[in-house]
Amino acid sequence: MKVTLNVWRQRSPNDGGSFQIYEVDEVSPDMSFLELFDVLNEQLIEKGEEPVAFDHDCREGICGSCSMMINGRAHGPESGTATCQLHMRKFEDGATITVEPWRANAFPIIKDLVVDRSAFDRIVEAGGYITAPTGTASEANLILVPKEVSDAAMDAAACIGCGACVAACPNGAAQLFTAAKIQHLNLLPQGQPERWSRVIDMVDTMEEFFGSCTNHRECEAVCPKEISIDFIALMNRDYIRAQFKQRRLTGQKS
Amino acid sequence: MTKVAGDLTDAPASTRRRPAPFVVTFYRSAIAKKWLMAISGIILLGYVLAHLVGNLKVFLGKDDINHYAEWLRELGEPALPHEVLLWGMRIVLLGAFVIHIVAAYQLTMMNRRARPQAYRSPRDYVAADFASRTMRWTGVIVLLFVIFHLLDLTFGTVNPGYESGNVYRNMIASFERVPVAIAYIVANLALGIHIFHGAWSMFQSLGLNNPRYNAWRRYFAMGFAGAITTGNVAIPLIITTGIYP
Repeated sequence: MKVTLNVWRQRSPNDGGSFQIYEVDEVSPDMSFLELFDVLNEQLIEKGEEPVAFDHDCREGICGSCSMMINGRAHGPESGTATCQLHMRKFEDGATITVEPWRANAFPIIKDLVVDRSAFDRIVEAGGYITAPTGTASEANLILVPKEVSDAAMDAAACIGCGACVAACPNGAAQLFTAAKIQHLNLLPQGQPERWSRVIDMVDTMEEFFGSCTNHRECEAVCPKEISIDFIALMNRDYIRAQFKQRRLTGQKS
Repeated sequence: MTKVAGDLTDAPASTRRRPAPFVVTFYRSAIAKKWLMAISGIILLGYVLAHLVGNLKVFLGKDDINHYAEWLRELGEPALPHEVLLWGMRIVLLGAFVIHIVAAYQLTMMNRRARPQAYRSPRDYVAADFASRTMRWTGVIVLLFVIFHLLDLTFGTVNPGYESGNVYRNMIASFERVPVAIAYIVANLALGIHIFHGAWSMFQSLGLNNPRYNAWRRYFAMGFAGAITTGNVAIPLIITTGIYP
């Protein structure tokens, strides 16, 4: 098959950038969307042009590196998949496909389709961990966790931090990412000691960088791991509860 | 004079500032603003429902609605003096209205800063519906309408021959002007669209999420928006078209 690509090219963070049109022939329907870009880049290199810079790593949907806005949708038309797992058979022969980088103030464009997502690292640093006892591994069944709870925590932990939630959100909010990173710990007994400080610290850090949630549900729709906005509600509840928690010990002066 | 331990060195004094009061730090957070918008939204929803129930009495006749209007002023008597409870409710309502609008404005500005450069290609929305994407527009329409509505039927400034206390006459006089009736209908459709998203969205903002009742949150929003819009549109529509005298 044959496709026409309309790709965002931007030399450097401060460059204006613009769309460039490329024709790619001999596209196999079994190719992934990233392999399409490999073919395009080979063409560009042969012609002596600068290849398109794009993020990619594992190419099996678990690393969260790939990040493309394809025809106005984060990770393209197939739901529940990252760009690397999107195949060309999802497009029609002769289709024109527009590809843009994620756009958010906290995700500055480095080059072409590559953005800097380190604002996510700042959020995780603020509280996305537990006070793990070091030493030998303890007996696995020492702390009992109901099956439903561990399933819910695992669903939240499926977040690969790709940033599609921010990219898709009309407000540029990172609620789904932050909620997933908070709730996979807050739901479990091991996450309880820092439960209230975690939600305050991570949410406050998130709000330094990103917008606020107006419940469009667009993030949930494009999330390659199909993480539910239920976790956003749980985060909101934990945040408000944490605000009203009195953690000061009785008799101590604040 | 003997020196105490603390005076031995010239160590600089702590520059630690007193933490801001709780309400200030609380309000700084966007999630807290959304929580306040949900709480104020519930107050406004309750008001809108009570307002509709009261005004539907226009269809029972002049005496019924005018008597209801008088009862509002007597509410709380004899425990409270005349009109005191009514004024209390007005103050709560105004407070909720101001919080709702100020928070919405501040969050909108925050969201604009979060994406200064828009996407250059058209977006393909999957889940965001018309109601959720037009909240700011429908909100502004409702605000402008409320101002006109107060000038029309509370202060009587723009109502021809306004008679204080004669609610029936004032409503008929207002809706006999066709453009005004159309404005009322348009504004109430905007209010309905606003409620359709808001009455669902508030559950998320409050963190009220449970798989047992999640589907009912949408049914509630649809039902509430539908009932309020039907009632509010029916009043000017029926009076203006003359179906009901």
